[in-house]
Amino acid sequence: MSKPLALRKTLRLLWRLKLAVVAGILLLGIVCTAILAAVVAPCDPLATDIAARLRPPRWLEGGRPEYLLGTDQVGRDILSRIIFGGQVSLLVGTLAVLLSAVIGIPLGLAAGYSGRMADTVISTFVNIMLTFPFVLLALAVIAVLGPSFTNMIIVLGITNWPLYTRVVRAEVLRLKEREFIMAARALGMGHLRLIARQIFPNLASAVVVISSVLVARMIILESFLSFLGLGIQPPTPSWGGMLGEGKDYMLLRWWLATFPGLAIFLTTLLINLVGDGLRDWLDPAMHV
Amino acid sequence: MKRFLVHQCVQLIVVCLGISIITFLLLHLKGDPVTLLLPLDAGKEEMASFRRLMGFDQPLYVQYVRFLLGAIRGNFGMSLYMKKSAFALVLERMPATLLLTFAGLFLSLVLAIPLGIISAMRPYSLLDNLCTTLAVGGQAMPIFWLGIMLILLFSVRLHWLPASGFGTWSHLVLPAMTLGFFLVPLTMRLVRSGMLEVLSQDYVRTARAKGVSERDVLLKHAFRNAAIPVITILGLQFGQLLGGAIVTETVYAWPGVATFTVTAIRNSDFPVVQAAVFLLALCIVVVNLVVDLLVGMIDPRIRLEG
Repeated sequence: MSKPLALRKTLRLLWRLKLAVVAGILLLGIVCTAILAAVVAPCDPLATDIAARLRPPRWLEGGRPEYLLGTDQVGRDILSRIIFGGQVSLLVGTLAVLLSAVIGIPLGLAAGYSGRMADTVISTFVNIMLTFPFVLLALAVIAVLGPSFTNMIIVLGITNWPLYTRVVRAEVLRLKEREFIMAARALGMGHLRLIARQIFPNLASAVVVISSVLVARMIILESFLSFLGLGIQPPTPSWGGMLGEGKDYMLLRWWLATFPGLAIFLTTLLINLVGDGLRDWLDPAMHV
Repeated sequence: MKRFLVHQCVQLIVVCLGISIITFLLLHLKGDPVTLLLPLDAGKEEMASFRRLMGFDQPLYVQYVRFLLGAIRGNFGMSLYMKKSAFALVLERMPATLLLTFAGLFLSLVLAIPLGIISAMRPYSLLDNLCTTLAVGGQAMPIFWLGIMLILLFSVRLHWLPASGFGTWSHLVLPAMTLGFFLVPLTMRLVRSGMLEVLSQDYVRTARAKGVSERDVLLKHAFRNAAIPVITILGLQFGQLLGGAIVTETVYAWPGVATFTVTAIRNSDFPVVQAAVFLLALCIVVVNLVVDLLVGMIDPRIRLEG
């Protein structure tokens, strides 16, 4: 295929997935804002201003021009706290998904590739893990380990890997019957090399799609743990923690709980849209 | 059918054992359970005597067998805060949780089934696209934020419904709505895809050719067949449903198992936590089993296989 033609095809595909592209750009914006929080945020997220506590957003009566989304119960700028809170949510989400992948993918490969014995053991374990109400399991594990940034990643990682195992196992079982794998075996390729060179690359699309679903799920779960006060500990700003604190004031000050939740909602929505787009992008049928 | 039943029972036992192992290990995650159960200022001697009293000085497998034998009889030890059996305390909260769960499920079905059928009738129409958009948005919605937004709207702004509490029907409305909305996207997508698949079948065309009214084609010929996969998947998603109920409870301070467990976690009341995790996991297993059996009975392809 000549180069300009390939480029045109890519562009046409991007046009068909325009919603996902727009979502991707916006998501990149959120990620960059979180990374550059120290530069972008208008105020110090921990600086209190008791004289200006519980101020509404700027456009409402009583709002202050320097606090765009208002202030919380001790006069901290909500916008700055949301920007810094993004660091926590995105970092916890990504690292927890990485941990799940590191646990789940090898188990999936083992279950799908090696014999029935390993498959039965691993699949049973996956089924058991999937029966647990994982919100409650995560809560219980946090209760034992104690709430902290690292423990949160560990808890989310070890409660969410079965999805990887399940999907990778199914993919490997399907791939194993394909001619190119049999040909590689017939040519004398060793098992490990076969997995690394032939099977693993073919899992990429499935893994990418699950990862996007999981990152969104982890962000919501992390927020929920922080919402209950069992996640990121104050005064470190986190979306869930802000929502939990804001809940106590919501009868009179709606903005405290509304904006952090909106941040969670928008981020997970964008991640889901990008994930859907990636699935279509990696689907061979779309390239025809 | 007999082989199917035997297979299900074996699986049930294995899964229950697995659940008991994980629940048991919860307490040993950090090594010594005594440090979790006793206050921080407990002295060395106090710790040692407590360890002997609870049997934590025994080998792990002995402790596990003892835990399992207790669990089978519903004995998870005493709650450390209320001097009552942990299992009994959790069991007392179960009806409230089940009430919320089924109210939410009912509400989501009432909303999702008509929407799913209408979407499938005219795929890619304006209404279908609208429903799909709402579903995508709904799936990204953190349920606890949804709950807070509903409180802001219906309790704070409109003063129609109480923001929390338990007792009358009006207390149930907001939590059930929250849980219901949470489930609508999934259910609606299931109904829609199930209906789309069924509507292209030959027997639907035959029914139409015979002159059966469109209403009967949709509801009698198509929906009844589309319902089987919907029931199966919803049944298997019961864990997620219960997870949603757990989150909803904590937002509305609904006096169910989850609110109780979260309080127990804050108080480090581990017998209660273990009893709750075990009981809820058991509920999920039983519901999954019942769904499997029901589908097996309804669907002759599975019934006749074994």
